[in-house]
Amino acid sequence: MMEAQYRAPGSVDEAVALMAGAGGKGRVLAGGTDLLVQMRAGMVAPGLIVDVKRIAEMTAISQIAGAWRVGAAVTGAEIHDHAGLKKAWPGVVEAINLIGSKQVQGRASAGGNLCNASPAADSVPALVAAGAIATVQGPNGRREVPVEQIPAGPGKTSLKPGEIVVSFTLPARPAGSGDAYLRLIPRTEMDIAVVGCGVNLTMKDGTCTAARVALGAVAPTVLLVEGAAKALVGSKLDDKAIEAAAAACRAACKPIDDKRGTIVYRTKIAGVLLKRAVAIAAERARSN
Amino acid sequence: MSKTHVTTTINGEPTEYLCEASQSMLDVLRDELDLTGTKEGCGSGDCGACSIIVDDRLVCACLMLGAEAEGRRVLTIEGMSHGDKLHPLQQKFIEMAALQCGVCTPGMLIAAKALLDRNPNPSETEVRFGLAGNLCRCTGYDKIVRAVLDVAAEQRETTR
Repeated sequence: MMEAQYRAPGSVDEAVALMAGAGGKGRVLAGGTDLLVQMRAGMVAPGLIVDVKRIAEMTAISQIAGAWRVGAAVTGAEIHDHAGLKKAWPGVVEAINLIGSKQVQGRASAGGNLCNASPAADSVPALVAAGAIATVQGPNGRREVPVEQIPAGPGKTSLKPGEIVVSFTLPARPAGSGDAYLRLIPRTEMDIAVVGCGVNLTMKDGTCTAARVALGAVAPTVLLVEGAAKALVGSKLDDKAIEAAAAACRAACKPIDDKRGTIVYRTKIAGVLLKRAVAIAAERARSN
Repeated sequence: MSKTHVTTTINGEPTEYLCEASQSMLDVLRDELDLTGTKEGCGSGDCGACSIIVDDRLVCACLMLGAEAEGRRVLTIEGMSHGDKLHPLQQKFIEMAALQCGVCTPGMLIAAKALLDRNPNPSETEVRFGLAGNLCRCTGYDKIVRAVLDVAAEQRETTR
């Protein structure tokens, strides 16, 4: 086996050039909480490890005209400590902070969580519900991609060879907006979602004017459930509308049976989490 | 094979070493620098036995490459006491028998220090969540949690 090389470039341009030069043998290292485990298990043997944590753009949180830009390599711990982001997008922050232990939070990033492409990734449904846009850079320059278009299946993304997720943009939204993310695990922490549900709502005079709903761990990729959003928009979040949204969530599920949950259980829980997450997001929207 | 040359600070000491690109920080500490207080448990970030603090953030040394320590500040269990004077957490773990076999203890102590450095007044729940990434198969955790809460209370007393 060729011994790997390690590089820690200072810019995205350099990182992209290094990845291009590695001819498919390059791997991006953000927090390393997946990559190092995979290397140790012999699942991957990169010829080049490109550490992106020295790139300012990928490790910064900034606010631009009401929108938030979060570098793809910002750690969960830094996001946890960012009062402004937490106030604007509590659901997104909570979702990222649910990943692993304090030790994992000290390293793990939303970019890594997305690119690892686990169907159960906690941050992804929250980012999809938020309408987050990923800025992606590769050999052919930059492009903006809705987060839901990046996962392509377990362990697979739609990124083209040599492309790197640089940052996420969480859009500006009107007053009266709130988001939430809930997941079900059999323990209280340190586990992988059986089902995850992200909800992002805007309320005006008691009526829901905009909604996005996303589910994790119930299909090969995180799902944007447009039927659920449709059921909520225009309603006063009455029981009938919420039940219709829950039904849309259940209908969207295409889960697997495994040791963490059966198809029947995951499908039922998707509706339950939708109801609870809507309640939290609506409460936050009202107080915003 | 070309190795990576790293200049860093470990337990306050300027330190240099050579490491392979894929060599973990844990292997560098234990095998290159003879800092064997940091233990290897699972090697996959699940047990916390290899907890260290890098630039004031708690991390697992098994989930970090040695090469990444360039220019950082690393604290390991060897840097927790001041010479022969144990850190209050270390002293309290002994007094309250918050350890049995001892393999998880360096990681527990480092994680507890990271917790108290950020939150000097944690609730029991916060202590349990703060140490959720550290597995102990001996104590049942209760003595550890009580030791950490005790130290927090004493430190608040002395800084008052």
